[in-house]
Amino acid sequence: MKQSFLFAALLSALTIISSCKPEDHDALTGKGPVTIDLENRAGSAPFAFGTNYVTAGGDTVNFSTFKYYVSNFVLVKDDGSEYVVPQAGTYHLVDAAVSGSNSITLADIPAGKYTGIKYIIGVDSLRSTTDVSQRTGDLDPAGVGADMYWSWNSGYIFYKIEGTSPQSTEVGNVFMYHIGGYGGYSSPMTNNIRNVSITSAEAMEVGEGHSPEAHIYADVLQAFTSPMNYSIASGAVIHMPAMGAMIADNYADMFTLDHVHNEH
Amino acid sequence: MKKRWQFILALMVLVAGCNKENTKEDVSFYQPSNFPAPKYNFNNNPVTTAGFELGRKLFYDPILSRDNSTSCGSCHISFSSFTHHGHAVSHGIDNLLGKRNSPPVMNVAWSDEFMWDGGINQLDLLPIAPIENPVEMDLEFAQAVQKVKTSSAYPKLFKAAFGTEDITSARMLQAMSQFMNCLVSANSRYDKWKRNEGGSLSADELEGYNLFQAKCSSCHSTDLFTDYKFHNNGIKDNFSIDSGRAHISQQAADVGKFKTPSLRNLEKTKPYMHDGSFQTLEQVLEHYNSGVKVSATLDTLLNKNGVVGIPLSANEQQKIILFLKTLTDDTFITDRRFAEQ
Ligand code: HEC
Ligand code: HEC
Repeated sequence: MKQSFLFAALLSALTIISSCKPEDHDALTGKGPVTIDLENRAGSAPFAFGTNYVTAGGDTVNFSTFKYYVSNFVLVKDDGSEYVVPQAGTYHLVDAAVSGSNSITLADIPAGKYTGIKYIIGVDSLRSTTDVSQRTGDLDPAGVGADMYWSWNSGYIFYKIEGTSPQSTEVGNVFMYHIGGYGGYSSPMTNNIRNVSITSAEAMEVGEGHSPEAHIYADVLQAFTSPMNYSIASGAVIHMPAMGAMIADNYADMFTLDHVHNEH
Repeated sequence: MKKRWQFILALMVLVAGCNKENTKEDVSFYQPSNFPAPKYNFNNNPVTTAGFELGRKLFYDPILSRDNSTSCGSCHISFSSFTHHGHAVSHGIDNLLGKRNSPPVMNVAWSDEFMWDGGINQLDLLPIAPIENPVEMDLEFAQAVQKVKTSSAYPKLFKAAFGTEDITSARMLQAMSQFMNCLVSANSRYDKWKRNEGGSLSADELEGYNLFQAKCSSCHSTDLFTDYKFHNNGIKDNFSIDSGRAHISQQAADVGKFKTPSLRNLEKTKPYMHDGSFQTLEQVLEHYNSGVKVSATLDTLLNKNGVVGIPLSANEQQKIILFLKTLTDDTFITDRRFAEQ
């Protein structure tokens, strides 16, 4: 009796250990990176410069510039808790003309299963008014973001598309949409910062030795549709915050999750 | 032993002597006792003599323009209290005209909204605007930084100012702020009277001062003579050429509003107003008396109880002008440290 009890105990201990083993191997511990790949698209096709696309409203557009700031990343765990990525490293200028600029690696994310990604399109008001010594990397007004800064109206341009369209009545049929405006410095003004929130049915598993990737589509044609179709003939050049609000409302939903990819 | 002490003493005298030499050139920001607290955050960028000297060199260096023709100092001339004396609107590269009058660069540390429309909210960011403006210096800021990087004169100046030879956009901008922050004008006869430093005002000037306090100081307030706010003072009733503050805020209520200018050194800064439309102070005073034009955004102070403008007799106007002339600060205008070296 005694012996068989011991045996049973031993057996169950063994079972526990052995069943733990694969768990152990998979346990998410420590920290790991999350990579966000923003795949620029035009509707259902990959984005390309110098190619004609048709907007929801029926305008033909052909792009020469497509760039935007994303920043302030937050990762949401499957239990709903949030991890705010330290702000300083999260300012990214995505430029369709610069390969690699669309891939953003968020380092040192605490282990866990993440089912949500939040960020903003633009640069928050605090960073938009910060001391010049803080304006490094993609925010350096003499750096990669040099033409994403309004010198006459201190602030970043959050989103910029330029190109041509037969529907434009400007010289050379050009269109230029420069959207910015962080809400005003001393008095309230247009705020064109837009929030993005993406959820994934499949969790991203983050931890030491785990480096998941999220593939997110960024559709340039969304600037012209939903909630409102924007017709280029109604204004082909915007470079002031207030007039840009409609386009910002439109591109707020330019991002959709394609898939996540877990690596072990 | 005794000898050694003598030697050390002699050395100390020598060092002190050197310092004395230097103080002539030494500059720092100072807070006049009759001014409010500055808005500039000096913790992020304290003024040092080396930083000031680097900033001054940049301010007067035409390489910051596309064709090496135009420096900041071209439009902000020290002996005109850092304005473009005599030019109604600024005159930049290729003789192109801007649409606004160059305001004086002085007492900038007390402001956090620059330009006539307040579009720039940090002194450190200001130089980017004239450098990139196609009718001013017409050079991409990134290229301006590049030109400074490749000029042999600069590495040692950056090292002296910031500890290493690294040339970055932030350091360039901070050095220019150090120079501009030192351009403090607070030593007019009025200041010396106000601070009881032996200056005096004549009976007429004093009367002018009292009239000014009663009629003008709600906008031209404090000893900086500005509230740093935006008003329409009725110089026009159509602002289609330049909508002023509305250009930034895009609000109809701001059409025709411009930042109240300081009135210091007026004798050196003509012509007057954002478009340089008045040549003399007599014209300005007559404007407030009889020339104010009514439009939707005219300041209520200039249209009270059915009275448009600020009624002033010829005699009152003269006295206000006499007072305004006591705001001329010759020590500021002639300070060699601020001029091109
Ligand atoms: C072509 C002439 C021109 C040049 C060159 C120029 N400025 Fe100016 N500056 C102006 C004009 C005009 C304004 C007013 C602009 C406005 O209100 O839009 C101004 C405004 C300013 C102000 C704001 C003053 C205030 O109280 O609001 C500062 C400071 C200044 N300039 C500094 C500089 C610096 C630094 C440079 C060189 C990088 C420079 N300027 C080059 C013409 C010039
Ligand atoms: C309602 C506010 C207000 C009042 C009251 C006011 N001013 Fe002004 N003043 C301004 C503004 C705003 C400007 C600039 C307007 C522009 O350029 O369009 C200005 C410009 C000036 C200028 C030109 C300065 C320069 O450098 O170009 C002078 C001089 C002046 N005012 C003197 C006076 C005097 C004297 C009085 C009293 C009789 C007075 N102001 C009353 C708001 C005011």
